[in-house]
Amino acid sequence: MIEPLLPEPLLTVDGLTKRYGRRLACDGIGFTLDAGEVLAVVGESGSGKSTLLSLIAGEVTADAGTVSYRMRDGATRDLAALSVVDRRALMRTDWGFVRQDATQGLRMAVSAGGNVGERLMGVGDRHYGRIRATALDWLARVEIAPDRVDDPPTRFSGGMRQRLQIARNLVTAPRLVLMDEPTSGLDVSVQARLLDMIRGLVAELGLAVIIVTHDLAVARLLSHRVLVMRGGRVIETGLTDQVLDDPQAAYTQLLVSSVLAA
Amino acid sequence: MTSLPPLLAFDDVAKSFTLHLRGGAVLPVIAGATLAVHPGECVVLGGASGAGKSSLLKMAYGNYRCAAGAIRVRDGARVVDLATAAPREILGLRRTTLAYVSQFLRVIPRVGARAVVEAAGIEGGLAPEAARSRAADLLTRLNLPERLWGLPPATFSGGEQQRVNIARGLIADRPILLLDEPTASLDAENRAVVVALIAEKRAAGAGILGIFHDADVREAVATRIVDVAAFRGAMAA
Repeated sequence: MIEPLLPEPLLTVDGLTKRYGRRLACDGIGFTLDAGEVLAVVGESGSGKSTLLSLIAGEVTADAGTVSYRMRDGATRDLAALSVVDRRALMRTDWGFVRQDATQGLRMAVSAGGNVGERLMGVGDRHYGRIRATALDWLARVEIAPDRVDDPPTRFSGGMRQRLQIARNLVTAPRLVLMDEPTSGLDVSVQARLLDMIRGLVAELGLAVIIVTHDLAVARLLSHRVLVMRGGRVIETGLTDQVLDDPQAAYTQLLVSSVLAA
Repeated sequence: MTSLPPLLAFDDVAKSFTLHLRGGAVLPVIAGATLAVHPGECVVLGGASGAGKSSLLKMAYGNYRCAAGAIRVRDGARVVDLATAAPREILGLRRTTLAYVSQFLRVIPRVGARAVVEAAGIEGGLAPEAARSRAADLLTRLNLPERLWGLPPATFSGGEQQRVNIARGLIADRPILLLDEPTASLDAENRAVVVALIAEKRAAGAGILGIFHDADVREAVATRIVDVAAFRGAMAA
């Protein structure tokens, strides 16, 4: 059997460990993510899934382990070895982070257009007309009416805020987007609309995504692969429909069987 | 000249489920399953309900894991074993080689029926215009009223959803088709359409592995029937 020559992974996480006091929040987590691949991290509260995302984003310092990323120039770099400036530049351009709480992912006192435009200015665009046009274009893509461009997100509903976060993150054409429970706390109908939008954009733009969710239906709809976490450890991993339809680990079987069918 | 390997081959495949929530009880389903599907063949799985027919199809799609044995899929010039393939390889095979039509449509919110079918065509390698015209073609042949094409299938009847599902599964030119009771909730007229579609796929060189409960349909499509009961021989009763 001839193995196809695969390009190097976009992201490589190896032995990532974080301890809070005596509690292990993440215990030697490792995986790789290819360009265009969507990985769901599922588990209950306290499983360590959100800590894992914070470690990958560099917002929390790991006790052990590495996160390596294939930069736009093709070189794979250990993110801990990047300077603060380089790291911030990476986060502002090639990475996105969509948060559960929109007030942490948006500037609440700045207009919707400003929220999107700020990321563009961060990559050096100074042309006001072009920034505004791009912002309007992105607001339209996330179905925010052009007459709301000057409103701050404080005047937006929960679903609109999440859509604005998505526009703000995607405007710089990142290759990797981290998402932390982007649909939880929303009404079901709003959730469906947002999920469908995320699904469409991810496929269209070929984004690599790590999405943390406790909702197995979200994992099934959006992800190629899934990582099941419990107590800071990876319990089971594999093709999403395989893990959900033919779970091997006792804990995964419990998770899957605990979902109420509508 | 050496002959090509089959499109799909099960080699001594076993499947069992370990029910951890039931004290670790082991439920054996299949043992010693060996069969091959060649181009132009429609191999129908026979046997009583619960014999493991659907499990075999799900394993052939990489949806269920294999407990033992190999499932070899011919993918162009190479052969991939689904039992050991990495997730991204299985996803690749689903895009290019394996089509699976189940009884039920997994509904995507907000996406219209025609768009669902079209998207499956584009994912399977068709150009957008080709996907668009083939989707319209298939939905017309399957007698789905045009007024429904723009609507999400969530609100459709079981039979209408199944026809969208068939169109979605058959739109692209994948060489291996896995069909799990695709005609279960169809009327006679639409069953005949599906029988004709299967004949066309066979003529085009596809290999088909399927389950058909309806005796008339089975009779019409099968080139060979494999009794799944034979795959339980090695298991304790």
